[in-house]
Amino acid sequence: MSVTASHKVELDRVVVRFAGDSGDGMQLTGSQFTYTSALLGNDIATLPDFPAEIRAPQGTVEGVSGFQVQIGAVDVHTPGDEADVLVAMNPAALRSNLKWLRPGGQLIVDLDDFESRNLKRAGYAADPLEDGSLEGYRVTRAPITSLTKEALKGVGLGTKDIVRCKNMFALGVVYWLFNRDPAKTLAFIADKFRKDPALVEANTKALQAGYHYAETVEALPSSYHIAPARIASGSYRHIAGNQATAWGLLAAAERLGSELFYASYPITPASDILHELSRHRGMGVLTFQAEDEIAAICAAVGASFAGTLAVTASSGPGIALKGEGMGLAVMAELPLVIVDVQRAGPSTGLPTKTEQADFNIALHGRNGESPVIVLAASSPAQCFEAAYTAAKLAIEHMTPVILLTDGYLANGTEPWRLPDVDAMPDIRRPTPPADTAVPFQPYLRDPDTLARFWATPGTPGLEHRIGGLEKEDVAGDISYDPANHQKMVNLRAEKVARVAEHIPEQDIRCEQSGKVLVVGWGGTYGALLTAVTELEVEGESVGLAHFHHLNPLPSNTEAVLSRFEHILVCELNSGQFARHLRSLFPGHDIRQFNKIQGLPFRVNEVKEKIMGLCHG
Amino acid sequence: MGERAVQVSDAAKLTKDDFASDQVVRWCPGCGDYAILSAMQKALPDMGVAREDLVFVSGIGCAARFPYYLSTYGFHTIHGRGPAIATGVKLANPALSVWEIQGDGDALAIGGNHFIHALRRNIDINILLFNNEIYGLTKGQYSPTSQQGLITRSTPHGSLERPFSAGEVALGAQATFFARTIDTNPKLMTGIFKAAEAHKGTSLVEVLQNCIIYNDKTHAMVTGKEHRDDHQLHLEHGKPMLFGADNCKGLRLNGLRLEVVEIGRDGITEADVMVHDAHDPDPTLHQMLVRLRPPEFPMALGVIRAVAAQTYDEALAQQLADGQARARVRSVKELLHSGETWEVS
Ligand SMILES: Cc1ncc(C[n+]2csc(CCOP(=O)(O)OP(=O)(O)O)c2C)c(N)n1
Ligand code: SF4
Ligand SMILES: [Mg+2]
Repeated sequence: MSVTASHKVELDRVVVRFAGDSGDGMQLTGSQFTYTSALLGNDIATLPDFPAEIRAPQGTVEGVSGFQVQIGAVDVHTPGDEADVLVAMNPAALRSNLKWLRPGGQLIVDLDDFESRNLKRAGYAADPLEDGSLEGYRVTRAPITSLTKEALKGVGLGTKDIVRCKNMFALGVVYWLFNRDPAKTLAFIADKFRKDPALVEANTKALQAGYHYAETVEALPSSYHIAPARIASGSYRHIAGNQATAWGLLAAAERLGSELFYASYPITPASDILHELSRHRGMGVLTFQAEDEIAAICAAVGASFAGTLAVTASSGPGIALKGEGMGLAVMAELPLVIVDVQRAGPSTGLPTKTEQADFNIALHGRNGESPVIVLAASSPAQCFEAAYTAAKLAIEHMTPVILLTDGYLANGTEPWRLPDVDAMPDIRRPTPPADTAVPFQPYLRDPDTLARFWATPGTPGLEHRIGGLEKEDVAGDISYDPANHQKMVNLRAEKVARVAEHIPEQDIRCEQSGKVLVVGWGGTYGALLTAVTELEVEGESVGLAHFHHLNPLPSNTEAVLSRFEHILVCELNSGQFARHLRSLFPGHDIRQFNKIQGLPFRVNEVKEKIMGLCHG
Repeated sequence: MGERAVQVSDAAKLTKDDFASDQVVRWCPGCGDYAILSAMQKALPDMGVAREDLVFVSGIGCAARFPYYLSTYGFHTIHGRGPAIATGVKLANPALSVWEIQGDGDALAIGGNHFIHALRRNIDINILLFNNEIYGLTKGQYSPTSQQGLITRSTPHGSLERPFSAGEVALGAQATFFARTIDTNPKLMTGIFKAAEAHKGTSLVEVLQNCIIYNDKTHAMVTGKEHRDDHQLHLEHGKPMLFGADNCKGLRLNGLRLEVVEIGRDGITEADVMVHDAHDPDPTLHQMLVRLRPPEFPMALGVIRAVAAQTYDEALAQQLADGQARARVRSVKELLHSGETWEVS
């Protein structure tokens, strides 16, 4: 199939949103478009928008599934604030997704679906295609269902199966619109349905029909071209945050020379880490689906005691349950990685929506003086490095580490330049020194890190007892001595504080000093970086300090804050990190910008807020 | 800390004393836990497990102090979570012999969920449940095994709850091994501990333990000298279910119920008495035995159920071996480059 277009428009970046009933295959459609664009060298970021209910009634707003992708000839760090193109497969999809389409944007609807019954199901009193409410958009009314039926006459499938192919018809239209060669998707179809030639034929024909329809009917005013982005050379793949987290853990286990023990209890949006890791028995991964989150963290603590890299993950409600287990790992000074894939809370909250409101529970959510290392991942692909670092720090410093990711990172994807695994930093197992005294003293420490040694069952001569009761310094016997308790509390705090000497200094993007420093952490990186970069180009005096290390903070944190007149901490919570920074570094003008809607920041709202400070 | 010759990894050479730690044992004088500890220290040298391969895990409670008093690896953890922690230890290193010590509150109240799921999974660990029918460490509140009506500090008007029978819960959770013993019978304890170690799968041993401070004599109907003969049924696989002075009584099945018979009375002989089959996969009779209570019946002691079944850890090892044999991806480098990738130059 040749790629032709009558009138080509060159674009830097474009945002496309696919929306339809959850049975319409929108995730597949979106990811095929993404993949094809990636192969053409575009930079990309995606975000699926799953319905909260798995089996909402067909044709209702609750059952709509969406997929947004931004592709660019320039760096792309977010799935985009607003869509330039919206494909709506039914009235419900239009109703719930129109708000994402920018004014003047291109709307493609399946005209066949806009009949009275479907309009009513979607909650429309009048047909939006007729009542003038879409006047501000360019609307293409494509009879997608009937054209698909027409094109698939004679392939030997029932009507139901034929209608299922309409997503491929829509994808064909979009491929034409963006001058994309559908060859990759055709190959994908041939592979996916290889056991059923009729389905291969049907999906292929539907895709081709959509493409030709767009080309010949000239239903669309013009087609667009997005040149390849200038991205670093190397091997790339697409990766979602949860998958990257899982792989980062695998890389750490491999480097350590340990099995990976991963225990968890299913919860949105963390389950995909379990799903991914449970596929890798062949790499020595021990996944354990526990009876609850408490059992999951406890099994991980047990595995850690036994000498294995041990990890548990959950989201808000499950993290709340794991508090006592974390405290045990703090007291027993055992390495443990706890991944918190944050979602909107409190309680069950909005399970499929993103938020950053677990900073406080990560930092403080345990009884007693109970310090842990806290890290945050900043993009879907960066979850790999973040998970690796979490494991490295946990083991080298013999302490629990909480890694904060979130629903947006977990499900979002981006192209990832594959790292050289051999070049990743070493992970040093704190094995007891060869001349260890007998009997073994479990709370003897490495003088540099203050980490105790990892003496594991099965080793003759190192038998010892530890536990959650306060322990005598060095010897590790139960101790109720007041001075000893103070000493141990201080040692545990100092051990975590000293991690600051082993992590990189905080960097600043864009302006290195000046008027406004935007501060962020975690999954807001893409939006904040885009906002700050654009403002810098527009001549504003603005920099970005995006934190990966939340506890301890990098040693130069105060110096970084001191370089700017105003600090603007942007978070998807009501100001948890901002308050933390204010309490640690009084005397700086620390403002905050917060959003708690279950949604990521839009670049434009961040820019507006920064502009307000720049010129306020 | 005391001096001790260590680096002894030849289990055969060890004696009871080699399994004592240097810690002062801090249970109340007269507590049944002392006898259990002593029986364990006596049983361990006979198990053929090197000291460094033994791990004692516990939750919280008086019972849970147990690991501190043994010279093996030990982990005193948090209330009720011992089975989950022991599970992690065992899965991470299946070569270890993992023991888990629980009180009745630890196992059946706060930790009930972990307790039943460990049994259901049949992970090869040994759980010792010290059942004193009371919360000892927190100074005497009723527990899920306390008899209904028991007056305790939290139930001055008598407890309202029906007690759990540990064995019934365990068999309901598909336990493959259940044994019951008493803290006053060292020989029975050591024998059962060794049987628990020998069993592959989760072994649950209930020890009827006396808390002399908060629930003294709660098991007196079973352990008291005056009742001992009539209220203890010592079960052995393949042996008739005889008890009483000079084995003058026995159990037989009458319809769907067990009944006590007297040998020599109404023409009843030993041949009429049921023979214990601990290996029967069908748990029906084991359930009936577990439920027997004095004064009407004797309390069943010994190994009540021990059936062979695949363990979770064996099945997992098999999956790992199969996975490794079939794996197309064996390293992270291969993993990263597997599936759809593309080059940018
Ligand atoms: C989370 C938590 N809740 C409550 C307690 C207090 N607590 C400690 S031991 C215990 C009950 C102990 O009873 P049992 O398990 O029967 O052991 P015993 O002391 O009788 O041997 C309780 C309630 C605790 N340590 N942790
Ligand atoms: S309180 Fe009871 S169970 Fe606890 S040590 Fe004392 S006697 Fe033993
Ligand atoms: Mg008790």
